[in-house]
Amino acid sequence: MPQISQFAESWYAASQIFWVLLTFGFVFFVIGRGMLPKIEATVDARDRKVADDLAAAKAAHAAADNLEESYRQQSDASRAAAQKAITDAKDKAAKDAEKRLAKVDTELADKLSAAEADVNAARTSAMAEIESVAAEAAGDLVAKLSGVKIAAADAKAAVKAVLHG
Amino acid sequence: MADQGKVDPMHQFEVQKMFDMFHVGNHEVAFTTSAMWMVIAGLLLWVFMIGGMKRQLVPGRWQVAVEGFTGFISGMMNANIGPEGRKYTPYVFSLFMFILMLNVIGLMPLGLFGVHPFTVTSHFTITGFLAILSFSIVLIVGFWRHGLHFFSLFVPHGTPWWLLWLIPVIELVSFLVRPFSLALRLFVAMTAGHVLMKVFASFIIDGIAAGPAVGLGVGIPSMALMVGISGLELLVAGIQAYVFALLTSLYLNDAVNLH
Repeated sequence: MPQISQFAESWYAASQIFWVLLTFGFVFFVIGRGMLPKIEATVDARDRKVADDLAAAKAAHAAADNLEESYRQQSDASRAAAQKAITDAKDKAAKDAEKRLAKVDTELADKLSAAEADVNAARTSAMAEIESVAAEAAGDLVAKLSGVKIAAADAKAAVKAVLHG
Repeated sequence: MADQGKVDPMHQFEVQKMFDMFHVGNHEVAFTTSAMWMVIAGLLLWVFMIGGMKRQLVPGRWQVAVEGFTGFISGMMNANIGPEGRKYTPYVFSLFMFILMLNVIGLMPLGLFGVHPFTVTSHFTITGFLAILSFSIVLIVGFWRHGLHFFSLFVPHGTPWWLLWLIPVIELVSFLVRPFSLALRLFVAMTAGHVLMKVFASFIIDGIAAGPAVGLGVGIPSMALMVGISGLELLVAGIQAYVFALLTSLYLNDAVNLH
């Protein structure tokens, strides 16, 4: 096994140790101490940037959610307001119509009763006229048929009795 | 390949001296094949990491690959130690990437291009150095943060008083075994895997040498196994690097948080 037998040669161990010290020293100081921290710093910076960007994106997402929520609330509120305005207008219109209808109704009723009164008056006057004409006619008829003159008041009473039962 | 045209499965682990450099005491320090592959691994790692340094907010493919590795280790440190683990991420990341690169380079079929590949992590001088380094850091961090209170690591919560003579001893032994298990695990896994592959490769060569019938009968199943084992070894290369880094992070967690 050369690993053991070469110890007999005076240069073997010294050269091995010298060169591993030199090369590993180079690797440690130049690569391990010199380059590795810079690479790690790059990785850390990237990780931090990714984390920051993610946080920013999350915040933006939350803000968008809030905005959407407030928009929804606003639109709900305005929809409710519009609905209320519509129902109010409808109610007012219905009430107005009712009021106007009532007024028209009373006017019509007044007119109707006035007309009725007129009709009644006309009827009574017509009735009275008919009575006097009928009494006169009855007096004439009686005088023509029997030659008896009856007093106008008697004829009137007799006609009244017939007309009014 | 060793003498008489035989395949020596251990030859691949031999470190070749490329040129001399200087002396430390009576020890000679030379540039070796092992050193060459460590330098190549370090440079490849450096080039790979440069691709991750564009620091774009939206990363390209290369940057994603680099950030995948760094994220893997920093995630592991975070899970095992907590936020304080970030301080030790550079060390564990360097450890993981260096071992992974050495393991994978050792598996590359560079022999096809005339290059002699070599698995640096199959030498316990290397794995031992890294293990002792990890263990030392654990000790330093532990005593630095907790002082002598660090010894309470050897008395786990809920130890009955009548076992106080035994549990700390067991805990101490298991604590002291850590650098050895750390070093040996990687060294043995790499060595065993490469020996296995070399043995199967030698089956094919020896089979062909014994004639076409034996060559086909032995060669085809051996080749099929080689393909499977190569895939398995790639997996082991990753897993061993991961285990080394994971155990280091767990030991560091002991030192930082004391159980």
